[in-house]
Amino acid sequence: MSNVTEAVINRLQLQSEQIRKRLVEIVYASKSGHIGGSLSSVEIETALYFHVMNIDPKNPKKEDRDRFILSKGHSVEALYSVLAAAGFIDDSLLETYGKFKSLLAGHPTKKTPGVELNSGALGHGLAVGVGMAIAAKMDKKSYKTYVLMGDGEQGEGSIYEAAMSASHYKLDNLVAIIDRNCLQISGKTEDVMALEPMRQRWEAFGWEVFDVDGNDIADVTNTFVNMAPNNKPKLMIAHTTKGCGISFMEKVAKWHHGIPNDEQYAEAIAEIEERIQEYANASIR
Amino acid sequence: MTNTIPCRKMFTDTLVELAKQDKDIIAVTTDARGSVTLDTFANELPAQFVELGIAEQNAVGVAAGLVSAGKKAFVCGPACFYVARSLEQVKVDVAYSANPVKILGVSGGVSYGALGFSHHSLHDIAVLRTFPGMHIVLPCDIYQTKKLVEELIDYPYPVYIRVGRNAVPNVYESKNVEFKIGKANQLTDGDDLTIIGTGETVYHCLEASKILKEKGINARVIDMHTLKPFDKEIVEKAAAETGRIITVEEHSIFGGLGSAVTEIVSQTHPVPVKILGIPDEFAIHGKPLEIFHHYGIDTDGIVNAALT
Repeated sequence: MSNVTEAVINRLQLQSEQIRKRLVEIVYASKSGHIGGSLSSVEIETALYFHVMNIDPKNPKKEDRDRFILSKGHSVEALYSVLAAAGFIDDSLLETYGKFKSLLAGHPTKKTPGVELNSGALGHGLAVGVGMAIAAKMDKKSYKTYVLMGDGEQGEGSIYEAAMSASHYKLDNLVAIIDRNCLQISGKTEDVMALEPMRQRWEAFGWEVFDVDGNDIADVTNTFVNMAPNNKPKLMIAHTTKGCGISFMEKVAKWHHGIPNDEQYAEAIAEIEERIQEYANASIR
Repeated sequence: MTNTIPCRKMFTDTLVELAKQDKDIIAVTTDARGSVTLDTFANELPAQFVELGIAEQNAVGVAAGLVSAGKKAFVCGPACFYVARSLEQVKVDVAYSANPVKILGVSGGVSYGALGFSHHSLHDIAVLRTFPGMHIVLPCDIYQTKKLVEELIDYPYPVYIRVGRNAVPNVYESKNVEFKIGKANQLTDGDDLTIIGTGETVYHCLEASKILKEKGINARVIDMHTLKPFDKEIVEKAAAETGRIITVEEHSIFGGLGSAVTEIVSQTHPVPVKILGIPDEFAIHGKPLEIFHHYGIDTDGIVNAALT
């Protein structure tokens, strides 16, 4: 097991906060979006796009690229901000988000460079990921497929069809991630439809399961880079905080798709900028 | 001329031959290798065969992933399940995501006649017509089926193909049949009326035209094998030149071939259109031809419709 360096972690930490800021800006500007689950998933996507995945923003269809599917398609503001920061799309395009005729719809579509699947309906991404992972095995290629799901999404039965097939075909090149923020649109996941014991359920389906602090960039990144081939598909249960990084949004269900008012927006940006400053200073040191 | 090979078998036999030359051709199924007749494919090309158990939603999603990664995936199973159970996957992962998956729905329409409404698929054309980018083809005999498979391999759009369960009489006389997705075939000349069929009803349309001819009525028969993209021109021409149309389909009278035809002629060449199909009821149980006869979508029914 080899962990990434502190310098890398500092860089990713700073990147995460910059993405967090950008996604809050576009939600505020468009008055639309799903801010809570975007904020909880920032570190996961930052780790993947800025350290873990083999991708080329200038050649988004590169044949041997690693694949990422945002199965929880509503958390699209985080993905768009990541794609802009990584160079798949121009940052100015983010200004059009949610507007008439924008390329950037409220759920991801393949019209946006870097997006692999039109998502939005829940419970679809894992099956498509299974197909990609089977194709990689057939072609003896080394690329990996990453699928980010929500925890509320785990109510969809199609996920368990896909989970069964992934272990049946020994897809150790498939990595599923559950953004385990414990809230869904109506309230706590355990009140709406209990999902625990999540680890045991997935282990029973034949998966290798990793519990991580999903908003700790070091934990997330190190776990991804240390996943080893062993004939088992991988599941990262990323224990996150819904609304992570903005104190008044954290763990509050209404921020699933709440829109900040002017004062809340200013407060949110101030909180994030303070951390950006802190991490920028740390990386200089 | 009748034959003993069902279209589903011709489809998979052709697919096996082509898949031997092209390792990217993948067959995906859901515990339906017997129903589809995929045993030969599974035995001879195990590395190109993906069995997913009884899980149609997963099968369509997995096929979308395979296609996205460069494979030519054919998802094969009973039509009734693929255009109901996995409909959202067809809508989002295939049509909306523009993944050119080929979905072979076997034993479509009332092929599973006695098994009841759960196993009938009389809604598939209506539903899939509303998905942008989705193409729909119902071949009418084995020769056309073979041609269709050859065209499908590198066809860049998602396609739903519906075939029946039993062997059906040949409509065409040889392997050299003209076929192109989206381009209907006119089978007979005639100016008194036009009879348009699709899939297994085409044979009955042709037989009906022979009986009508003996009665002095010259019917133009059109094989509308592709329901989408729809050959608008051939319908407009038929309306203008024959003044009367009968459509015949093994499908609900809502939203299928008859609807597609009336949508066109009502706007450009208004003429009377009689829609023969399954009415708004759970279809009666029986053998497919008994059901065809009951609802008047066989030769006798078409002749009667033409004469009244």
